[in-house]
Amino acid sequence: MTTTIKRPAAERVVRRSKRDWSVAGRIVLLSIAAVLVLGPVLWTLSTSLRPPAESFQLPPSFLPLDPDFVSYGQVFKQLNIIGLVINSALVTGLIAVGQMITAALAGYAFANLKFRGRGALFSIVLATMMVPAQVTIVPVFMLIRGVGLSDTLMALILPAIPTAFGTFLMRQYFLGLPADLAEAAAIDGASPWRTFRSVYAPLAMPGLSIVGILAFNFHWNEFFRPLIMTISEQNFTLPLGLVSLQGNLGTGSISVVLAGVVLSMIPALVVFMFGQRALRDGLTAGTGK
Amino acid sequence: MSTASDTRVRTKAVRGKAQRANGANKAGKPGRSGRERQPWLPWVFLAPTIVGMGIFTVLPIIASVALAFFRWDIISAPSFVGFDNFAEVVQDPTVRVSFLNTILFVVVAVALQLGLALGLAIMVQEKLPAWLRVFFRSAFFFPLILSAASVSIFMRYLFNEQFGVVNWLLSLVGIPAVPWLTTPGGSAAVVILVYVWQNFGFSFLLFIGGLASIPVETYEAASLDGATGWRKHIHVTLPLLSPTTLVASVMAIINALQVFDQPFVLTRGGPGDSTRTAVMVIFESAFQRLEFGQASAIGVILTLIIMAITAAQFRLSKRFVFYQ
Repeated sequence: MTTTIKRPAAERVVRRSKRDWSVAGRIVLLSIAAVLVLGPVLWTLSTSLRPPAESFQLPPSFLPLDPDFVSYGQVFKQLNIIGLVINSALVTGLIAVGQMITAALAGYAFANLKFRGRGALFSIVLATMMVPAQVTIVPVFMLIRGVGLSDTLMALILPAIPTAFGTFLMRQYFLGLPADLAEAAAIDGASPWRTFRSVYAPLAMPGLSIVGILAFNFHWNEFFRPLIMTISEQNFTLPLGLVSLQGNLGTGSISVVLAGVVLSMIPALVVFMFGQRALRDGLTAGTGK
Repeated sequence: MSTASDTRVRTKAVRGKAQRANGANKAGKPGRSGRERQPWLPWVFLAPTIVGMGIFTVLPIIASVALAFFRWDIISAPSFVGFDNFAEVVQDPTVRVSFLNTILFVVVAVALQLGLALGLAIMVQEKLPAWLRVFFRSAFFFPLILSAASVSIFMRYLFNEQFGVVNWLLSLVGIPAVPWLTTPGGSAAVVILVYVWQNFGFSFLLFIGGLASIPVETYEAASLDGATGWRKHIHVTLPLLSPTTLVASVMAIINALQVFDQPFVLTRGGPGDSTRTAVMVIFESAFQRLEFGQASAIGVILTLIIMAITAAQFRLSKRFVFYQ
């Protein structure tokens, strides 16, 4: 657990040998795997772009030739999708920003400030990561209910802001920044707060963006907590709204449900395209030697 | 990249030394936290996280354990019942089946997930055009960014018995329609396949990292000794990768033990109890039957199982994991 953020896998070609599997054979196997992984997603996209009547057309098509946007219009009629997107965006955005701020502060304290019981407190923070969220959900639910926040977006936001993993990540990040910066700032007369605010926090932006992107990805997709914490449809987040649209018996119109699914994937796709490296680094952080 | 991280490690080492020196002459110049000592300052930085975690994590853990010894439906006052909740839960056939389901699920899903991830990682890291390597890596990583609920929604259509693409593909090779979601075995298979489809990419990422840290020289030495092809992997890759395999399997098992979204959306636990999992019974006893004490008891049992497995794995690792 000493490495900071796991270094991205170096592009290393494992020693080639003549009697190795042929490159072509490997490409074929890898391509089959890639088709199995991407196929269902392509089917989802192309089916959402077909008229509802052709949803279950066989043979299926995996490429949206001749797209039809009727289902996308329908999804806006059958589902308060704008409300769902606003809820999801609010919940996810506030959690991400909240986690970035609190994790930066706590991570900085654990890395750069000295105080009594620092090691012990940090161990406790790490230990809380081992307890599954499903185990603490009952008391959290009662607490939220007790303070009158049940069935509000705050019930989803507040408990998710303190982050053990983000604190761990930011501590590692701050430990990786040179220590003489603080000394130089102190000599220049900067207060400890200013040293953090103007010297260390800006340098820690890459680490902070990892915390933010991880939080965004996790909470945008989250299903278990919203299922428990929200009751009325106006407080649903996207995954919850889509599952209710599909219905218990799967009676929702397929292409309409899939249009909703595709819409809900767009932010994740944006993250995938622009923040893939950060996401990968974050996901594997702390698993290094 | 590797040089960057080396520097980071080095700075840390230097810093460690500096700190120790600092501690040695305590009376000397002021520490890193400023000119005048402000002993409260760190606590200002820590307050949001520590207070928040105290309220939303530490207290709930304690409360959860305490609650397991009470009977409480929120409406009437809680009453202390000792170990009754545990006794009832252990004898409850639904809870028993759900735990058995979960354990079976973990064994099959984790084996599949790790096997696939390792095989694909080795293939991707060997000689391959660079753009293809980038493509395959991104493709295998892709399902991780999707929501398990959305994935389960579209997979439910793909596995439809009459109209689903999966049965259509099987029919092309002459296999009659499989009743995926209406039979116990079929449902269990779908939950496992959908879970592995979405999650193998995480283990894949860990293995890619592990493979990249094996020195090329090791393979050169091995091939001088005549090891080639799959023998090279059995005698060099697998032993050197064992620390990664340990981490990957611990994480995969812990995650799989908590499976909920996929069975909830795909099958609602059915048919019968055939795909009900441990977390699903926690959810149902707490939020559908309002038996919060029993739900907590199940949660405590699940946590104990997770801790025991983690401890066992690290103990086993002392025997089987090869550290350089």
